[in-house]
Amino acid sequence: MNTSNTSASLNVSVWRGTSDGGEFRSYQVPVQSNQTVLDVVTWIQQRIDNTLSYRFACRVGMCGSCAMTVNGEPRWTCRTHVNNVTENATLEIAPLRNLPVIKDLTTNMDPFFDKWIKAGGVHEPSALRNDPMVPVNPESKARKVASEGVECINCAVCYSACDTVAANPDYLGPAALQRAWTLVNDVKHNGKNTVLSAVSESGGCHNCHSHGSCTRYCPVELNPMKAVAGLKKSTVLSLLRS
Amino acid sequence: MIKPGRSNPLWLAFVLHRLSGVVLALFLPLHFYVLSLALTSPAALDNFLAFSDLFVVKVAETLLVLLLAVHLFGGLRLMAMEWLPWTDRQKSLAAASVALGAGVACMFFLKVI
Ligand code: SF4
Ligand code: SF4
Ligand code: FES
Repeated sequence: MNTSNTSASLNVSVWRGTSDGGEFRSYQVPVQSNQTVLDVVTWIQQRIDNTLSYRFACRVGMCGSCAMTVNGEPRWTCRTHVNNVTENATLEIAPLRNLPVIKDLTTNMDPFFDKWIKAGGVHEPSALRNDPMVPVNPESKARKVASEGVECINCAVCYSACDTVAANPDYLGPAALQRAWTLVNDVKHNGKNTVLSAVSESGGCHNCHSHGSCTRYCPVELNPMKAVAGLKKSTVLSLLRS
Repeated sequence: MIKPGRSNPLWLAFVLHRLSGVVLALFLPLHFYVLSLALTSPAALDNFLAFSDLFVVKVAETLLVLLLAVHLFGGLRLMAMEWLPWTDRQKSLAAASVALGAGVACMFFLKVI
């Protein structure tokens, strides 16, 4: 990172507190070139208040742990440049919405991952280790559909953006449903019907209102709304067939 | 406390669909009541029809037609999204369904005025 300082500074409000309550506190952070939102949070934690809690790991958009609400929008902070999101040199940084806040900018991701499992997102092998390997044609229609969702980094940005999750805490949410859709299209997955019935239950894919906020904000440009639409159609077709 | 991010045209399309749906649900019982007047009380129906000749009532009716048409085309868009092969042009389709609805409402207004 280029750390050449300028004299200008950013007015940064950072949410401090837990799910039980808290407040935005203001900090002045010097502007640096090529500065990401995560750099700003780190600067505050290292130079002003080391009790500030936040989470990150890879800093290159791989691990999905650094997501926060930046100026009202959910974002991966390690890949979000301050220049692209500041308005009048002000930044408001809060934890992700729709998840319990452990402290400050750190959310408890348990409900998010519990829903992956609830949506049938655990791989069920279709062969044992001594069975011959089944070739998978990367050009087949099903594999192409499955591949569309596999780059998900589990950042919960889509989950935080989804108003249906906000209104119905039981809704599985875009990421878990997208994972389910990937498994439905994965020929190596044995539990296709288990997945389809898991996502048909209350809180499942038919709760989606197609606002597309998930797709709008997904930092790796996946399309959970499309995956949920695929699930809606497949669950109805499988019901009609049975 | 934490504001949700909603800068998304499809989110607006959702709100429009929901609002038009609610207004239609409120309007339809009233509509059927007025129709029933033809059988139960023709004089009251005549009074109502005279009232509906007022310009401001026509504007209100046009608004209702707009909501009905927007709800209809928006609903068709959602069904197409779920049942037809996927297209990435969802925002354009949402805009087109609002435009079609507005077109129908304009035609209605020109006809009743
Ligand atoms: S399209 Fe569905 S999953 Fe995506 S934000 Fe809207 S309700 Fe949530
Ligand atoms: S679908 Fe996109 S926004 Fe949602 S968890 Fe995966 S990478 Fe993050
Ligand atoms: S720190 Fe890993 S994605 Fe941001």
